[in-house]
Amino acid sequence: MRFHLIRKNLGRKKVRTLFTGLSILIAFLLYGLLTALSKSFSIGLDLAGADRLVTIHKVSLTVPLPISYQNRIANIEGVKTISHYTWFGGYHQDPRNQIQSTPTDVDSFRQVYPEYTMPEEQWDAWKRTRTGMVMGEKLAEKLGFSIGDRVPIGSTIWPQQDGNRSWELDLVGLFRDPSPSRAGEQALYFNYEYFNEARQFGRDTVGRYTLLIDEADQSERIAREVDRMFANSPAETKTTTEKGFVQGFANQFGNIGAIVRYVLLAVFFTMMLVAGNTMAQSVRERTSEIAVMKTLGFSDRSVLGLILSEGVLLSTVAGCLGLLLALVLTTGLREAMARFLPGLIMTPGALLLGVALAVGLGIVAGVLPAIRAQRLDVVKALARR
Amino acid sequence: MNALVTTRALGKTYRKGKESVEVLKNLGLTIDQGDFVALMGPSGSGKTTLLNLIGGLDRPTSGEIQVGDARLDQMSSARLARWRAGQVGFIFQFYNLMPVLSAQRNVELPLLLTSLKAKERRQRAQTALEVVGLADRAKHYPRELSGGQEQRVAIARALVSDPSLILADEPTGDLDRQTADEILELLQILNAEHGKTIVMVTHDPRAADHARHTLHMDKGDLVTAAESEAAA
Repeated sequence: MRFHLIRKNLGRKKVRTLFTGLSILIAFLLYGLLTALSKSFSIGLDLAGADRLVTIHKVSLTVPLPISYQNRIANIEGVKTISHYTWFGGYHQDPRNQIQSTPTDVDSFRQVYPEYTMPEEQWDAWKRTRTGMVMGEKLAEKLGFSIGDRVPIGSTIWPQQDGNRSWELDLVGLFRDPSPSRAGEQALYFNYEYFNEARQFGRDTVGRYTLLIDEADQSERIAREVDRMFANSPAETKTTTEKGFVQGFANQFGNIGAIVRYVLLAVFFTMMLVAGNTMAQSVRERTSEIAVMKTLGFSDRSVLGLILSEGVLLSTVAGCLGLLLALVLTTGLREAMARFLPGLIMTPGALLLGVALAVGLGIVAGVLPAIRAQRLDVVKALARR
Repeated sequence: MNALVTTRALGKTYRKGKESVEVLKNLGLTIDQGDFVALMGPSGSGKTTLLNLIGGLDRPTSGEIQVGDARLDQMSSARLARWRAGQVGFIFQFYNLMPVLSAQRNVELPLLLTSLKAKERRQRAQTALEVVGLADRAKHYPRELSGGQEQRVAIARALVSDPSLILADEPTGDLDRQTADEILELLQILNAEHGKTIVMVTHDPRAADHARHTLHMDKGDLVTAAESEAAA
């Protein structure tokens, strides 16, 4: 019956309740989408290993480093393996269909990224095949390729010696990424040797090195040693942890996490005012009814509870609907956006926080009107009637 | 007869800005159990203030007020609320029903403060509606009822927790003569057959005629009928 009364009170101005509910729903939809977006931007951080370092040119990621650095870095104490990667600017059919495509060295890639798994014969095939390429299972599924296909991959950066920008690669393996988002499976890798020989310029250079080290707590020392080794050379280096590298890369787009927090803060503050105003108006309109309830024996505390419950019910129902909609949208968009925003996902933690925020919003918005109702002077309120 | 309501040297002063307005002055009064008392007097004579004090809605500035075993002037707000829920039924001039609740749910409202189960609450509300002759309107909302029917629902609400005291503030003030008579007859039945003690504030002498006794008030104190007429 108390719930019935709360529900009925919310329903007495249906249009007002509907619009307030819709505002809250949209706020939580925005919350859901923005947290998923933020998660997507930071997905690299989750994948980054604590025992991996990245070395790039001191000037910029886009300036290449000599391949000769590989052996010199490998000799530093504590470096287990070193692999290298070069930004290829790959696409399929149309430059708008960008694919993360990277020429690399098979053996060292496998050692540095042991989490990527593939049948042994496919690793062998990749090593044997000069034009061999391996692709994440999700990407292959999306593009409709299977092992044995010859796939033309365009490059926005690297033409071949004859000027052709289309590189014919043979799909020889499909790898899996065990992370929940499977974000790593949106990439393809092919033989650096073939790429290096066939490209028109920039021979014997790489984009970056990734170092697998013995002990994560040695990362600072090793990074210092690498950078000292190439200090005052024509290609000075900057070495950082893989996490730091990914974070720095993401920061090129701005501090997404902070932007999301500020936007959400503004949205929730506005929502608090909107919902608070609705509740205050609703309580003002019911002054005599609240006075009658108190006359009947409802205590100040139970009146406070009833009014507060109205705010919490409205905010929680609308908020949860918004979160649900965000969950449906992000789930639906995850596949379509996978190449641009891998790991577009609302985590259970974000969902739970969303529900808590919805309840909290109801409490904050309802608390002032509820206190006002609690303090209502029955005699004065009835006399006004 | 036993006294149900007793006031001794009851005073009530309100502050209006910097001024003090003395609404009740040293008022002594006894209302017996089972009585039906009409309180009459000109506007501002203190009738509603006295009713509010007897009902535990307001606190006296001075003096004592006892209803049954309860010393209302010594009770906290929370205890007064609990006491009201069990001991007093209120009837207002403008019925004051919850517009979003059906007649049945309106009558059930005071029972939310008891430990009764939902089924039992519904049964009691239905019985109260039968007493006021509105059992067939249980599912109707206040907007679907006439003024007289609304007041009957309000009476059922006042009755449902079986209080010993019913306080009515101008219960017929918003009704036509015929409907007013029906309501007053209902109050007489509650008094005569169900043993409810009723205190009714009214301006209407015809309404007061339905009570067993009439008390007249003027300037915050009890007066004789003749004094009251002279004051009017």
